[in-house]
Amino acid sequence: MDSLVIAGRTFSSRLMVGTGKFASHQAMLDAMEHAGSEIVTVALRRVDVNNPQDSLLRHIDQSRYLLLPNTSGARTAEEAVRLARLARAAGCEPWVKLEVTPDPWYLLPDPIETLKATEILVKEGFVVLPYMPADPVLARHLEEAGAATVMPLGAPIGTNRGVRTRDLIAIIIEQAHIPVVVDAGLGAPSHAAEAMEMGADAVLVNTALADTASPAMMAEAFRKGVEAGRLAYLAGLGPQRQQADASSPLTGFLRNDS
Amino acid sequence: MDITLNGEQKTLTTDMTDVQRLLTSLNLEPQTLVVELNHRILAPDEYATTSLNDGDIIELVHFVGGG
Repeated sequence: MDSLVIAGRTFSSRLMVGTGKFASHQAMLDAMEHAGSEIVTVALRRVDVNNPQDSLLRHIDQSRYLLLPNTSGARTAEEAVRLARLARAAGCEPWVKLEVTPDPWYLLPDPIETLKATEILVKEGFVVLPYMPADPVLARHLEEAGAATVMPLGAPIGTNRGVRTRDLIAIIIEQAHIPVVVDAGLGAPSHAAEAMEMGADAVLVNTALADTASPAMMAEAFRKGVEAGRLAYLAGLGPQRQQADASSPLTGFLRNDS
Repeated sequence: MDITLNGEQKTLTTDMTDVQRLLTSLNLEPQTLVVELNHRILAPDEYATTSLNDGDIIELVHFVGGG
């Protein structure tokens, strides 16, 4: 399969995975492995000083996976910028999945604060991958602000509802000059394949893998879905028609009236 | 000395004079976390040389699983 380039860096995998909500570190690692991912997202939170846990970083081989810290929990640009700076201070490369989600029920990204934070973080040298509403005009603004990708949502985070924003994502894909990563809401490999068939450059999934009896098996299924979708996009889907167009010859039937 | 540690009020004993000692007393490994003191991120080499003062606001953060 052809490779994906983000901010000058080349990746062979087009499936990014999140590391949240897995039942165990091992389940998370198995999913990352079977997904074939090269980019994995992580979150920043307060240390529980009364009950220190094993560090997540101990489990993830950073020579193999690029850690993409998110700014989840941020409700404003200011909070997101603070989280991004903390993540960079933790020794990560300056890549950030920017999330600004003031609404706790649908976790929809705030377009204005997301754009503000993108402008600030790009100036500070971050590679910014903003999670965004599927809004083609916002996508252009983010691209102009220097975002490395745009990450339009298929459906709200964790809903497993698929590419509900299909028509708008199609416009974003048509107009973008930076990679389009469909993030959030993809619940089945067919959803991932659909996004890739449309020409998305990559997808990001988490809940669909973590919230299943076999994260490793589901991760493999998603990997195949992403690869199938990408190959179909490259091959070019055939046109849709209303009337039948026979695949078999319309001559030589075993009857006398033809 | 009273400080705010990760949003909670905490009274430190008098020997807790710098950030390094605080981390050690909490059994935390410095390389797995980031320290923010009064909204300023500290570099690891500052932990031992940064003294703690009454009223300090300290945030200790680390990576957890997330999407």
